[in-house]
Amino acid sequence: MSNTSARKAPPGMEKGKRKINWRVLGRVVKMLFQSYPRLVPIAMICIMFSAAVAAIPSIFTQKVLAVVTSYMDSGNTDWSAAAGEIIPLVIVLICLYLLSITFTTIQTQLMAYITQGFLCKMRRKMFDGMQHLPIRYFDTNKHGDIMSHYTNDIDTLRQLVSQSLPVLLQSSIIVVTVLCIMLWYSVWMTLVVLLGVLLMIFVSGKIGGGSAKYFVRLQAHVGKIEGYIQEMMSGQKVVKVFSHEDKAKEEFHEINDELFKISYRANAYANMLGPIIMNIGNILYVIVAAAGGVFILTGIQNYSVSALFFGVGMLTIDIAVPFLNMTKQFTGNVNQFSQQINSIVMALAGADRIFKLMDQEPEADEGYVTLVNARIDEQGNVTETAEHTGQWAWKHPHGDGTLTYTPLRGDVRMEHMDFAYEEGKTVLHDVTLYAEPGQKVAFVGATGAGKTTITNLINRFYDIADGKIRYDGININKIKKDDLRRSLGIVLQETNLFTGTVMDNIRYGKLDATDEECIAAAKLAGAHDFITRLPGGYQSELTNNGANLSQGQRQLIAIARAAVADPPVMILDEATSSIDTRTEAIVQAGMDRLMKGRTVFVIAHRLSTIMNSDVIMVLDHGRIIERGDHQKLIDEKGTYYQLYTGAFELE
Amino acid sequence: MLKRLTASVREFKTASILTLLFIIGEAIIEAFIPFITADLINYIKDAGNDLEMKRILLTGALLVGMAVLSLTCGGVAAYTCAKASSGFARNLRNDIFDKIQAFSFENVDKFSATSLVTRLTTDVNNIQMSYMMIIRTAIRAPLVLIFSIIMAYVMGGVLATSFVVLIPLLGGGLFLVSRKAMPAFRAVFRKYDRLNESIEENVRGARVVKGFSRERHEMKKFGVAAEDIRGDFTRAERIVACNSPLMQFCVNANMVFVLLVGSQLIIKSGGADLNVGHMSAMLTYGMQILMQLMMLNMIYVMITMSSESMKRVGEVLNEQSTLVSPENAVTEVKDGSIDFEGVSFKYSAKADRFALANVNLHIRSGMTVGILGGTGSSKSTLVQLIPRLYDVTEGAVKVGGVDVRHYDLDTLRGEVAMVLQKNLLFSGTIKENLRWGNANATDEELIEACKLAQAHDFVSSFPDGYNTRIEQGGTNVSGGQKQRLCIARALLKKPKILILDDSTSAVDTKTDAMIRAGFKSYIPETTKIIIAQRVSSVQDADLILVMENGEIAAMGKHDQLLASCEIYREIYEQQTKGGEGHE
Repeated sequence: MSNTSARKAPPGMEKGKRKINWRVLGRVVKMLFQSYPRLVPIAMICIMFSAAVAAIPSIFTQKVLAVVTSYMDSGNTDWSAAAGEIIPLVIVLICLYLLSITFTTIQTQLMAYITQGFLCKMRRKMFDGMQHLPIRYFDTNKHGDIMSHYTNDIDTLRQLVSQSLPVLLQSSIIVVTVLCIMLWYSVWMTLVVLLGVLLMIFVSGKIGGGSAKYFVRLQAHVGKIEGYIQEMMSGQKVVKVFSHEDKAKEEFHEINDELFKISYRANAYANMLGPIIMNIGNILYVIVAAAGGVFILTGIQNYSVSALFFGVGMLTIDIAVPFLNMTKQFTGNVNQFSQQINSIVMALAGADRIFKLMDQEPEADEGYVTLVNARIDEQGNVTETAEHTGQWAWKHPHGDGTLTYTPLRGDVRMEHMDFAYEEGKTVLHDVTLYAEPGQKVAFVGATGAGKTTITNLINRFYDIADGKIRYDGININKIKKDDLRRSLGIVLQETNLFTGTVMDNIRYGKLDATDEECIAAAKLAGAHDFITRLPGGYQSELTNNGANLSQGQRQLIAIARAAVADPPVMILDEATSSIDTRTEAIVQAGMDRLMKGRTVFVIAHRLSTIMNSDVIMVLDHGRIIERGDHQKLIDEKGTYYQLYTGAFELE
Repeated sequence: MLKRLTASVREFKTASILTLLFIIGEAIIEAFIPFITADLINYIKDAGNDLEMKRILLTGALLVGMAVLSLTCGGVAAYTCAKASSGFARNLRNDIFDKIQAFSFENVDKFSATSLVTRLTTDVNNIQMSYMMIIRTAIRAPLVLIFSIIMAYVMGGVLATSFVVLIPLLGGGLFLVSRKAMPAFRAVFRKYDRLNESIEENVRGARVVKGFSRERHEMKKFGVAAEDIRGDFTRAERIVACNSPLMQFCVNANMVFVLLVGSQLIIKSGGADLNVGHMSAMLTYGMQILMQLMMLNMIYVMITMSSESMKRVGEVLNEQSTLVSPENAVTEVKDGSIDFEGVSFKYSAKADRFALANVNLHIRSGMTVGILGGTGSSKSTLVQLIPRLYDVTEGAVKVGGVDVRHYDLDTLRGEVAMVLQKNLLFSGTIKENLRWGNANATDEELIEACKLAQAHDFVSSFPDGYNTRIEQGGTNVSGGQKQRLCIARALLKKPKILILDDSTSAVDTKTDAMIRAGFKSYIPETTKIIIAQRVSSVQDADLILVMENGEIAAMGKHDQLLASCEIYREIYEQQTKGGEGHE
């Protein structure tokens, strides 16, 4: 169960080592399209347009420069004549700019909207999916790890959708556009630029890979140091009681040093990429200039796309100069591209984890028997009603189309039940028990004897073969899980309260309960007294799992919560373990009233809690070794007797 | 606060300064590159078809040289910057951790463990990122800005007037945007915290949610919270998204201005006032000036965003420990006698109720004292004053006849061993855990302590014996085993006073009795204080205190209390009837 599985390596650790799964990117993009089938294409078109438009102005700039140069060369200083040529060009330029700004505005606003909408959808999808996962998932995954899906992993997606993907698209468009323009001018020169770009891509890959490797190690080490900090912070009082501060510092400094070494390597690699790409760009600039010079001097034939239309000509300065500018633009965009490598790699790892959670098999529920409000007459005839009557019945549709109604009584039977959480490790052997309506059945046994497992099976947190457990005579696998669980109230040793008022927390058991009902339940559970002494009474806000209450008080609220639901069957799993014996004795009367008329399964360490049970089952390694009421077990002088007399220790 | 944080830079000052220098070097070279490229373009243009390859190659070599220099500077800066920022973060973490070690219990109570973890991890990370950003750009950006403006004036003359309008426009615009976005972001972060809390509740409480069939209810609750964040976040992001069109507008406006005014200038003057090369350089500088403004704005945003983190870290670093060893502290504890003289205590000055009120109590060295009382009767509070985990509000606690506030803390806590109610083992072997009590304990001493705590038998039954690894929080030993190991750990200190705060609750009565019998025969001189739920754990004590509502309701021996104290009798009868009092 939870404590055995917790020892497995956290899934996040192994993930980093795995190769990047590029298919994940496809899935993210697909989901993005599905979420916003109209807006995403619009945003894409905007990106493409603004990218394309961003590449075009350089042509007009060059044209203006050419006009200016020609005037200068001819010594013509007549501005009004030049203006006739220049101003139309500038006006076109202004139009292009305005268009580009408009596109950028639309695109950035849209992307802000799409990103957050998409993240919200992903969060909800993950959460809704998680609500339908079987308990096994929560038992076998570290809670911190599940949480990180919603924090770290979603964060990496934000980076991907809002930044990396647009930059990727934009840079590719600009690169392609510039490439086309380059080819339009000169094939030779383009080849020179492309060679340089290949080098850049190679270097980005090398260094990017290096930094990704260190970042993965960094991630793992951050986990380690967080673990240490977590342990020391929660054990801070023990540290102080033992004056262990200096030792703790020493250990921490050591781990911290290691983190520093990895962190600075990872960051050094990442920081290095920018200057390297930029300076390859600078050198490429020189090479292009030199190559241009060589081509011009040697008078080489300039093959180009434009030549297809205007005939092959010579490479001239008018071509060489814009080429230099285009080289800048080209390398600038490759640089932009390479800057995204780290965040893309991280986002893909994050998305991979998110999809793993979404792809988890949901809790199967083939149940079709439902719990309905009913009216039961003296002859025992059941009629279904819409309104709340306080009486319930199981509505059982049969294969032949008929319906039967069985009154809800709280009769639970288990027949020769075996169970294993993991194949081969059977934790329950041949357990048979009958709990009649209104009976109190107790389980006693050491940790790991299988007490909690039995209750896990009754409420179908874990599933078992057909017909092994019957509830009011119905195979529980046929009962819809929601309805089954509504008929069972559980109070667990580990109390989980929710953020909200005390009243909200009690009402959790029955959402439409009135304040009076909640208070009545609190009185029954013996919680009323301390609640009224809280500064805000029933309206006191609880935060952080009720951290401001004592463990015993939290348990009392949990009991009230189950009481307000008023279920015919209750499971109390070490529900009063943290309440001291004197308080327990005080609330005992309320507890007895609470249990009256219900079938109750009680698990308790403290024998005083269970002594008055109708049946006590002593479990050992998944087998029932003794059963009977208190007096019978004492008379038998077996294990129970030894426990009772303190000769034996329960652990 | 900033000063407090930067104090942690220490040995990484050199790396930080080197980063600044090399980044400036890189920036200067980069600033010169457009000069030379402009020169190159001009040459190619002017030369027409009399192009000389030598000249191109020469300039080219110069450019390559500068690129290599720039790369060197950039590379070194990348390295030193990573080192400086990672190092700063390391020092900061060390300082925070060390500070926490100096905390008193009161300080620890003030910050929850989770919040301390966040401060040591996420917050330090944010600060590291800001620091990296700052040393890379905080000096460089203004420098490049000033340089570019000067160059633009030198080269472009009148053309540079465009910046007089554009710089305030962009700067002001960016500032406005950040000013508006910042509160929006802060609101988002707060909601984020709450959303995460609710997820955590659901993960932790999955059994409760399922048990009550509340999946749909939770989904609805989560949906509302998620949509709420989405709304706020979209608003914040949309405000920030105004930056890029604004930036684009300024760059483009500059472009148009330079082209229009520049060409007019060139043509009218026949190239005397301005030439084509200078004009294209102007475009580059224009771009650069606006880029630097953008950078400065980013730093501003980053610092504001991480200011919350800085505040939180500063809080820890500035926290004054409420408990420190006095000067000329007493370094020897005479004996294990304990005196409470008119002691009152409350956990915070603001609390209106005293947790302990006017307690007077005298315990002779070597006595065994039992304490009983209901939940919340301040039993733990009482004993926590003895090793000075908290300071009294009124009155005095004396150990060995000396006020605990006069002792050196290590001395006092070395002689007063306490097993906390919320006891903990740490990940590591059993041996390592035991040696918390005494780092130099021999194996024989470990075994002796374990025998006394009735832990030796089960420890030796483990395949790895004393080298068995304990998982975090001690999840792989049972509650009773954990308690006994914690007692053994405390015994290893060979203390003059031993305090067990409900430390045998999961141990069966027989073993419990054996532990107490061991105490009696092996450490008779040690004063033993035992808080318990079970009467059987304390009924043989020399003195039993019954506590209720922060006061000692009764004290005496078992028989006396049975006769005189109703609460005691009630507990006793309830337990003997319940079967647990049996021995």
